[in-house]
Amino acid sequence: MLGAYLPIIVLVAVAAAFGLGSIILSSLIGQKKPSDVKMSPYECGCDPVGSARERFSIKFYIIAMLFILFDIEAVFLYPWAVLFKRLGMFGLMEMGVFIVILFVGYIYVWKKGALEWE
Amino acid sequence: MDTLILGLPVAYYIAMIAKVLVAFVFVLLTVAYATYAERKIIGHMQVRLGPMRTGWHGLLQPIADGLKLFFKEEIIPAQSSKFAFLVAPLVALIPAFISFAVIPFGETITIGGYQIPLQIAAVYDPAGDRVLDVNVGVLYILGMASLGVYGIVLAGWSSNSKYSLLGGLRSSAQMVSYELAAGLAIVSVFMLSESLSLQKIVADQAGFAWYAFKQPVAFIVFFICSLAEINRTPFDLPEAETELVSGFCTEYSSMKYAMFFMAEYANMVTVCAVTTTLFLGGWHGPAFLPGWIWFIIKVYFLIFVCMWIRATYPRYRYDQLMRLGWKFFLPLTLLNVVATGIVVTLLK
Repeated sequence: MLGAYLPIIVLVAVAAAFGLGSIILSSLIGQKKPSDVKMSPYECGCDPVGSARERFSIKFYIIAMLFILFDIEAVFLYPWAVLFKRLGMFGLMEMGVFIVILFVGYIYVWKKGALEWE
Repeated sequence: MDTLILGLPVAYYIAMIAKVLVAFVFVLLTVAYATYAERKIIGHMQVRLGPMRTGWHGLLQPIADGLKLFFKEEIIPAQSSKFAFLVAPLVALIPAFISFAVIPFGETITIGGYQIPLQIAAVYDPAGDRVLDVNVGVLYILGMASLGVYGIVLAGWSSNSKYSLLGGLRSSAQMVSYELAAGLAIVSVFMLSESLSLQKIVADQAGFAWYAFKQPVAFIVFFICSLAEINRTPFDLPEAETELVSGFCTEYSSMKYAMFFMAEYANMVTVCAVTTTLFLGGWHGPAFLPGWIWFIIKVYFLIFVCMWIRATYPRYRYDQLMRLGWKFFLPLTLLNVVATGIVVTLLK
């Protein structure tokens, strides 16, 4: 198995070397004339108003949470899908039950309005 | 040639390093010229000429752009979180450039009596006369696609600018939503292939038995969701210039900006390669051309389709985007899984 996984590590090293190399090279040869205005956050030319570290919409948090829930369910589907033909009718019924439960949760989330963006 | 290092012959290491370097340089060149092709194709679709000045019909444009970005000033905003700000472009770039490792791009070739499978993360097993590859190749690709989100969230948060933060948040919510639908869409492919190994999935599609014909719904949903996951038009909201300046990379300049740009195009190349592998028969094609040429033709065609879509469709609104992902694609993919299950069981 080493033979199949080793190239990935080599590729990570090549990609990291390329990325680091070009950042270092550009910071060496690029010009540097910093000023207070240049270093301030960009707000279309106006003076920045307040901090960017503000609270943001709870919607993003809900989406992240729903993603984790549904993604775990998707992960459960992978091994089932691979073994699906060998499991036959039993596998189909079992997964039917699983997907129905998943759908009930999905409809609950929908009805609660978690998927709405106004 | 019989010396073994870690149980593998020297020829393996030579072939492996050659494959890694050739594939990396090839993807890098494809990324560079995809930017040129995009400007040229969209230019002509809008009855413009696109770049014309640098070289013949602007052929040296990507090189000129790259050189220019190297000489640009590197701005690190005073209020940013410096370390995260510096690391974010790398976190975006590296997963984008390593996910093609598990994609088979040609048949096994023989050089000097040594069998070399044209897939980076694979080794030929002479004992069983077969190619051993990463048997969870698809999971690896999905994992790398998820890692890319970190780069964008970090970039958006560490810049300490409102546009960056909003762009980063929007982008991450969009990416995770569509990652879910894309991940569920390909479940129905595994139900037919009975494996997560891309070698096996490609082998199943020999002789035009493409999964795109058996699973048309999964094919279309996967391709559209992938476009959304890599922030391509019509889902390029994170960089919606008219609202968010440049989204999560507003504060980036010089090569660090170029890295987000390269990561985006590398992701597009990867998505097209994955779609080819899972649905369009991978490197299989009529025998008069070698497999890797068929593979490149198919991938380049899909890249052209991405650009075509960009020239044709207007951008989605954010609520439309989220509705499409969560209320249409997600139930559709689940129904597709159920329908595939019922049909396959009944046909048996």
